Amino acid sequence: MARIIVVTSGKGGVGKTTTSASISTGLAKRGHKTVVIDFDVGLRNLDLIMNCERRVVYDFVNVIQGEASLNQALIRDKRVDTLYILPASQTREKEALTREGVEKVINELSETFDYIVCDSPAGIEHGALMALYYADEAIVVTNPEVSSVRDSDRILGILQSKSRRAEMGQDPVKENLLLTRYNPSRVEKGEMLSVADVEEILAIPLLGVIPESQIVLNASNQGLPVILEAESDAGQAYDDAVARLLGEEREHRFMSAQKKGFFSRMFKGD
Amino acid sequence: MRLLDYFKSKKSNNTASVAKERLQIIVAHERGQRDQPDYLPQLQQELLAVIRKYVQISDDMVQVEVDRNDSCSVLELNVTLPES
Repeated sequence: MARIIVVTSGKGGVGKTTTSASISTGLAKRGHKTVVIDFDVGLRNLDLIMNCERRVVYDFVNVIQGEASLNQALIRDKRVDTLYILPASQTREKEALTREGVEKVINELSETFDYIVCDSPAGIEHGALMALYYADEAIVVTNPEVSSVRDSDRILGILQSKSRRAEMGQDPVKENLLLTRYNPSRVEKGEMLSVADVEEILAIPLLGVIPESQIVLNASNQGLPVILEAESDAGQAYDDAVARLLGEEREHRFMSAQKKGFFSRMFKGD
Repeated sequence: MRLLDYFKSKKSNNTASVAKERLQIIVAHERGQRDQPDYLPQLQQELLAVIRKYVQISDDMVQVEVDRNDSCSVLELNVTLPES
């Protein structure tokens, strides 16, 4: 039985796809057979972030509608051989993702995979609801910013009422907070919500904090999951998050600003 | 100017604490509504219509809320009557 993890947020542009790519790559790198599914029908982008956009032949909706087999649609990652990508359809209507169709695909994947990572579209419409419906666990990606935090709280409410686990009265979906685009020096100046602030408002366990970093854009430019930039702060922060997801204890890092000397602040500014 | 900025930045106004306060209020409010049963808005409208047969009141003068405890739920109805 695979463990099903949804990466969700409500708000767009906070780093869901970046996170899905890195978390799935991290799980696969540790030897777990992992598939990452793009649920954003019509606005496919996971393929670009994973650098397999030119290898897409069949997609998720083709499989649901019986036009292709799973094996035909799954793309094997060229860097990590236990990682597969199931791309979203670029042309179909979002309603093509039926609950029965998604269930059929997830059940089939469950037979051979250890982890199924579902990359949710933004919003709280059909695609987002389908992405979270079958989840055992959720990674709620949040930026330290008012609209993102509010939308995350909304998505938490939906996880608690509209997921399969909620409807069946089973144990609730396990919730994890992943704070992304965190800028410790702005937090210290009182310009940005701190980790503690967001934890206090959302009241869910913290999986990790990803510092705002130029490396994230550089990595996506090249179709490289940022976790593979093993020297970078963001890459290491994602690696820590994967370790914690697997039950390892790791201290949180990158949460305080690099101290600047008096003179560099005086003459170079920040 | 940099020197001036350095000293000024020490007491720059803390917008993060404003953000936190605003979020705590709106999130608490929305969580309250999330747990309310779906029929509540219509119930409120119908109650309003009944009361208006006898007293002229405006929409915001009737508050309907459900409080859930472990063993039972309490339907709380607050009607503010205009001063006569």
